[in-house]
Amino acid sequence: MGAPRAPATIEPRGQHGMSASADAAHVADAEGAVGASETAVRLRGLRKTFGDVVAVDSVDLDIADGEFLTLLGPSGSGKTTVLRMIAGFELPTAGSIELGGRDVSQRPPFERDVNTVFQDYALFPHLTVLQNVEYGLRVKKVAKAERRQRATEALASVRLDGYGDRKPSQMSGGQRQRVALARALVNRPKVLLLDEPLGALDLKLREQMQVELKAIQREVGITFVFVTHDQEEALTMSDRIAVFNEGRIEQIGTPAEVYERPATEFVAGFVGTSNLLRGEASLKVLGLEGVFSVRPEKIHLGDPSQPLADGEHGADGTVAEVVYVGDATRFVVDLDAGGRLVALQQNVHRTSSDVAGLRGSRVRLVWRRDHEYRVHG
Amino acid sequence: MTISRPARIVLRILFLLGLLFIYVPLGVVVVNSFNADQTFSWPPTEWTTEWWQKMVENQGVRDALVSSIIVGLIATAVAMVLGTLVALALGRYAFFGRDTVSLLIILPIALPGIVTGIALNNVFTSYMGGLTFLSILIGHATFCIVVVYNNAIARLRRVGTSFDEASMDLGATSWTTFRLVTFPQIRSSLVAGAVLAFGLSFDEIIVTTFTAPPNIQTLPIWIFNNLFRPNQAPIVNAVAAALVLISIVPVYLAQRLSGNAAHAGGRI
Repeated sequence: MGAPRAPATIEPRGQHGMSASADAAHVADAEGAVGASETAVRLRGLRKTFGDVVAVDSVDLDIADGEFLTLLGPSGSGKTTVLRMIAGFELPTAGSIELGGRDVSQRPPFERDVNTVFQDYALFPHLTVLQNVEYGLRVKKVAKAERRQRATEALASVRLDGYGDRKPSQMSGGQRQRVALARALVNRPKVLLLDEPLGALDLKLREQMQVELKAIQREVGITFVFVTHDQEEALTMSDRIAVFNEGRIEQIGTPAEVYERPATEFVAGFVGTSNLLRGEASLKVLGLEGVFSVRPEKIHLGDPSQPLADGEHGADGTVAEVVYVGDATRFVVDLDAGGRLVALQQNVHRTSSDVAGLRGSRVRLVWRRDHEYRVHG
Repeated sequence: MTISRPARIVLRILFLLGLLFIYVPLGVVVVNSFNADQTFSWPPTEWTTEWWQKMVENQGVRDALVSSIIVGLIATAVAMVLGTLVALALGRYAFFGRDTVSLLIILPIALPGIVTGIALNNVFTSYMGGLTFLSILIGHATFCIVVVYNNAIARLRRVGTSFDEASMDLGATSWTTFRLVTFPQIRSSLVAGAVLAFGLSFDEIIVTTFTAPPNIQTLPIWIFNNLFRPNQAPIVNAVAAALVLISIVPVYLAQRLSGNAAHAGGRI
C-alpha cells in the first residue's frame, strides 16, 4: 500500500484560510482526547520556513504524558522538522514549544529534557558502545561508578549485555539501533523523540523492533514521539497519529479513527488504500453530494442479483482487475455509476487458480452505510 | 579496465622515466654529499664524510636550522588555532558572506609568494617599524593557515553534523561537544595539516626573503645565500642531502594520518 501522492516540494500555503479553520477543529478534538492527564509537549502555532519554503505551517499539537504519538506523513511533509524543533536542532520561525509546561522555544538542545534516536543512529564512532551509552550521564557529571552501572543496565534492557566494549562499526544495523535507543533511554528523558529509527532495517527486523519498541515504551512510561512515513508502522504502534501533509496536520486521532474515519482525501489516501466515491458516483450510489471513503475490506463482493439489506449501500460494476495477494484477493471494480472501488476479500475458500477467471464478471459491491465517511478535500 | 599488453609496457616505461626524472637528481645530491672531490666530478672516486662533519660544525647552518624550526613551530601553532577556528566557523555555521570569507582564507596559497612577500614587506617597513622575527612568522602563517583549514574543513564536511547534534541532544554544551566529539574526529586531519604546514614553512624562501630582517636567516635562505660560493658548495650539498632524508619522515606521517582525507582536503 503506497502513498498515492507524495508531494516532492512544499508549497507556501499562506492564503488558505479555509484549511486553518479545519485545523482548529482537529486541535479541539485532540485536546478532548488528551483530557485531564499532564501535557508533555505542547506546540502552538509552530511555523518554520527555510528561505521561501514553508516546511511547517501553524502546527498545534498536545502530546500527553506517557503517550506514544506518531507523526505520519510523506517525505517533505514537515514531520521531521517538527521533531527537530522539539529537540532544539531547529528554532521555530514562529510559535511556541512547551515541554512539561516550560517554554523552551528558544533554548538549545542541551537545555531540553528530551532525547533523540536518530535515523542514522549517530553513534559516536570513536567511542565504544558502553561509552556511547554513558555519554549523556558523563556530560551531566554523574559519578563514574553510577553511570557505568546505569549504562550496563540500559544495554541489558535492549538485550545487548556483553557488547559494551565493541565499537559501533562492529555492530549490525539492528544492534546499532538498540544501542541508540539505550543511549537515549539511559538519561530517563521526559520525552523520547524517534526519527524514522526503523527505516534502515529490513522488513522482518523492523516488525520485530516495532513490537519491542512498543513494549519498552509501555515499560518505561516515557512519552514517545515517533516520526515515520510508513502507515502500517504508525497504525501498529501508536496511541495517536498526527497525519502531516505540506507542513500541516491533516488529522489527529487514534489509529482506528484515522484509518476508519479519514477526515480528508489526503488521509484516506495516505493511510490505507484510497477508495473514494465522488461526484456523479456519490449521487447515484449514495444519493449524496461530496467525496466519501469506504475501506476495501469493508466492501462485500456479491452477485449482481444480491438484494440490499437495511442500512446497506450497493453499487454494480465490472471487475477490471483481480490481484491475488496470498491471504486475500483484491478486486478492482469499475462502477456503472462511474469511478472505481477496490474490494478486499479474505481467501477463506478461494485459491489463486479460482481468481483468474473472475476478470470481466459482473458484481455488486455491498457495504454498510456506517462504514462510509465523508472526507474533505 | 583492461589495457592491452603493448600499451601496458609503454605506460610502465613512461612511469619509470617520470620517477627517474624526479629521484635521480635527488639521489645524485645525496651521493655527492659523500664525494671527496670538491667539484663533484662524476663518478665519485673517493669518499668522505668531511662535508657532513663541516655542516654539523658550521655555525651559520646551526643558526639557520634553529631559526627555521622555531619559525615553523610557531607559525604552525598559530595556523592550528586560527585554521581550526575558521574551519569550525565556516563548516558549522551559515552566515552572510561565508563563501567570501572562505575564498579570502584560501587565496594566500594561490597568490604568488612574491606578491605576498612584497606586500607584507611594504606594510612592515612602512608602517610597523621594520622587519622583525614577528614579520617572518606572520608571513609564514598566511599560508600555513590554509593547509590546516583545508584539512580540517574537509574532515568536518565528511563527518557531518549529526554527531554534534547527538552530543548536544544528550546534554553536552557546545564546548563539551567540541572537546569530546568534534575534536577527536578531526584530530588526525589536524595533525596531518600541522605536518604539512610545518613542511611548507620549513622550505619557504620567497615570502621569507621579503619578511626576514637581515640578522635572521632560515635554512632555505642560508642555502640560497651560500649556493654560489664555491667554498661552501659541498656543505650546501650536504645540507640538501640531509633535508631530503629528513623530509621523508613527515611526508610519510602525514600520508598515514590523513588517510583518505588527504584526497578530499590536502593542499589545493
